[in-house]
Amino acid sequence: MTLTLGLTSLFLAFACALYASVAALIAGPRKLNAWIDSARNAAILTWPLLTLASLAVIIMLVQGQYQVEYVSDVSSLAMPWYLKVTALWGGQAGSLLFWSWLMSAFASAAMLRRWDRDRSLMPYVIAVSMITLAFFILLCLFVENPFRRLWLSQATGEVNPALFQPANSTLFTPQDGRGGNPLLRHPGMIIHPPMLYLGFVGFVVPYAFAVAALITGRTDDEWIRTTRRWTLVGWLFLSLGLILGGRWAYDVLGWGGYWGWDPVENAALLPWLTGTAFLHSVMIQEKRGMLKKWNMVLIILTYALVIFGTFLTRSGVLSSVHAFAQSAIGPLFFGFIGITFTISMSLLFWRWDSLASETQMDSLLSREAAFLLNNLLFLGIAFATLWGTIYPLISELVTGQKITVGPPYYNRVNGPLLAILVLLMGIAPLIAWRKASFKSLGKLMWIPAALTIPTLILFYFLGAAHPVALGAYAITAFVGYTTLSEFARGMVARMRLGENPLIALINLSARNRRRYGGYTIHLGVVVMAFGVIGSNLFQTETQATLAQGETLSIGGFTLRFDSVALFPTNDNREVTRATVTVFDSSGRLIAELHPRRDFFLDSGQPMTIPGVRSTFGEDFYVILVDWQPIGSTGATFKVYVNPLINLVWTGGLIFILGTLVATWPDADEEKRYAAAPASTLATAGAD
Amino acid sequence: MAETIATSGTIAAKSGGRMKFIVGGLLIIAAIGYLIYTSIGSTQQYFFTIQELKERGSSVVGDNVRVSGAVIGESIQYDAQALELRFAVANVPADQKEIDALGGLAVVLNVAVNDPTAARMEVIYIGVKPDLMKGEAQAIMDGHIDENGLFHADTLLMKCPTRYEGELPTQAAP
Repeated sequence: MTLTLGLTSLFLAFACALYASVAALIAGPRKLNAWIDSARNAAILTWPLLTLASLAVIIMLVQGQYQVEYVSDVSSLAMPWYLKVTALWGGQAGSLLFWSWLMSAFASAAMLRRWDRDRSLMPYVIAVSMITLAFFILLCLFVENPFRRLWLSQATGEVNPALFQPANSTLFTPQDGRGGNPLLRHPGMIIHPPMLYLGFVGFVVPYAFAVAALITGRTDDEWIRTTRRWTLVGWLFLSLGLILGGRWAYDVLGWGGYWGWDPVENAALLPWLTGTAFLHSVMIQEKRGMLKKWNMVLIILTYALVIFGTFLTRSGVLSSVHAFAQSAIGPLFFGFIGITFTISMSLLFWRWDSLASETQMDSLLSREAAFLLNNLLFLGIAFATLWGTIYPLISELVTGQKITVGPPYYNRVNGPLLAILVLLMGIAPLIAWRKASFKSLGKLMWIPAALTIPTLILFYFLGAAHPVALGAYAITAFVGYTTLSEFARGMVARMRLGENPLIALINLSARNRRRYGGYTIHLGVVVMAFGVIGSNLFQTETQATLAQGETLSIGGFTLRFDSVALFPTNDNREVTRATVTVFDSSGRLIAELHPRRDFFLDSGQPMTIPGVRSTFGEDFYVILVDWQPIGSTGATFKVYVNPLINLVWTGGLIFILGTLVATWPDADEEKRYAAAPASTLATAGAD
Repeated sequence: MAETIATSGTIAAKSGGRMKFIVGGLLIIAAIGYLIYTSIGSTQQYFFTIQELKERGSSVVGDNVRVSGAVIGESIQYDAQALELRFAVANVPADQKEIDALGGLAVVLNVAVNDPTAARMEVIYIGVKPDLMKGEAQAIMDGHIDENGLFHADTLLMKCPTRYEGELPTQAAP
């Protein structure tokens, strides 16, 4: 019953999405308003339908209907109810459905906005978003259907999944499910995929508007203004997803780090990089009427990378690129990316002339030039990352020999590029539009530069006596001070009007959310950069096998192994939990930690949970790697000391806060926009 | 129009201005390209089978490579105090399609271990013995081979054909 309802809803949603895209494409050029309204209604309807389909899967998961293949793959009796609910995105089929549901939510919300200003774009926005949605529902329906059941064939005795009952077979109901991947049972992993997916689908909306602008020839800034908030919301969630993913890796994967340049991580980072470049370069288009073609290229690339990213991460399970190529999903995804990319680029070339710049670049030392450099760097990092990710495939294709690159490659290429990018982030906001002079720039920079020197000396005496680290800290500190000086300049101006510093700061940020939200994001990056430099260049590690009562020392800390306990839990885990005591250099007891290893009996997989003592200065991170039965050698530990790692998370919070400030609706801005001379809008719309 | 006149009057200056940006942009792109090129060259890692590694002989001694092989159970020796792990691996094909054609990873690993004619290699690894280190597991190792044919693994990753895939659980009483 639930199954039939869910499957029917999924099918109807597919029909609606198809109908909406076809109707919109036919009615759009002919201006058949009744048909366009009907297409819009169909597009809106996909959301309730997909909500029903997703709810059906959730109900089956919670009820434990293990005759359904997906339910038996990703859940088990021992799981608590909330993990059963979140198992909706714990596997491939479910996460495709979940993606479609989020996509339809964004698309429906976009349909429900006020369209009086840009009605001519609507049919094509409907078409693009609904074609994307239809593609994902298609995968859900015909390739990875979460509603398939298990059937026992009377003839062969084999069990096979199928949507409808095959001849001579009976329904097969396993006693229990397999429980899915235990690594994904972490809170970070429960929230991380939805965030990432929200980020992905968020970028589909600006892309749909961009394509609509190309088709209709309304290539003015309208599509950029309309989608600014959508872009920022998508970007916010993508950033949040990346940060949470890093936190999950740090807490669960037990290798002492948070970012490993894994193909799956890269796949999520790529659209973020091009999306960030886009967010910056649209500012030049709005302000100076330049880079219109470039912005189109960026949003088209971002969309392609979003689909590519979904393809690589859709199940959240780390797998090799090879594994994807085997299923039917691989070719379909690549086909879809290829087709949409070709069509979008053709549209762009078709409208090439109408996207000419209204003004010229004046000087190499100008805000525009700084933005250009920013774009080049972001794209350079994106290209280097993409190249490294697909290098094994390319090398195998070209030479027949599989060659891989690992973290050293990414560190060597992206390290310097990121350092220049951070430096630019500090200087660019000080450079005037059109043409700046070194003299005025020097005036704005000398105080931050002067403050950087004592900061460096402080870092040197705190132990950062490493030339690369000092260089990186110098850049980061300088950028931190320039960004703060921007806040200070604004605040001082307001304080002259009699406001106290706090009120001045609040008013300043509230009056110009875009600008000061952006600076807050920059500050977040600075704080994160301190953490990244510290935890990368000064991480120390050691490992040892200890008998009970024995100790090991690392970085001024002493760890004593006290005991280890083995016990089963009622949710089918076998837990091995060690107790260790940590002392500081003066021999004072500072923490008792419990690194543990959970062995999941239903899936046969272990999960390593570190014991961490976290302070602002550093994390003391202990992993239990191995142990012997009581009475013999004892247990083996791997210990990391990660300096400044908490700044990565703190910076992440500041970053998100800044994005919220920049995204928050600004009544003043809306008013200014509404009062903009109607002539520019009217002429653009009167095609 | 005034604007057109102004434009034509400054064509030389403008195209010079454009030139600056194009040259600057190209220089940056070239620098990034060069950085990628040299970094790939110095950090790339060949993925060899044991057979290929043996065939290449002394030409790959000391090179940073990645090798995968089937662990031979009885060869595993582990000194927990010194954290020194020694074992031998047998050649398995690297290509996933080939593995599938031969009946899947579990079959391939089993055949490799029991095939006396398959190429074999001794491995030494300093570190903790992974949980999954056992006979007929697949070891994926980064490291280098020395003159004596001993492979020094810097990282060691284990893959087991788990019961997770394929096998079906028992059915509930109807």
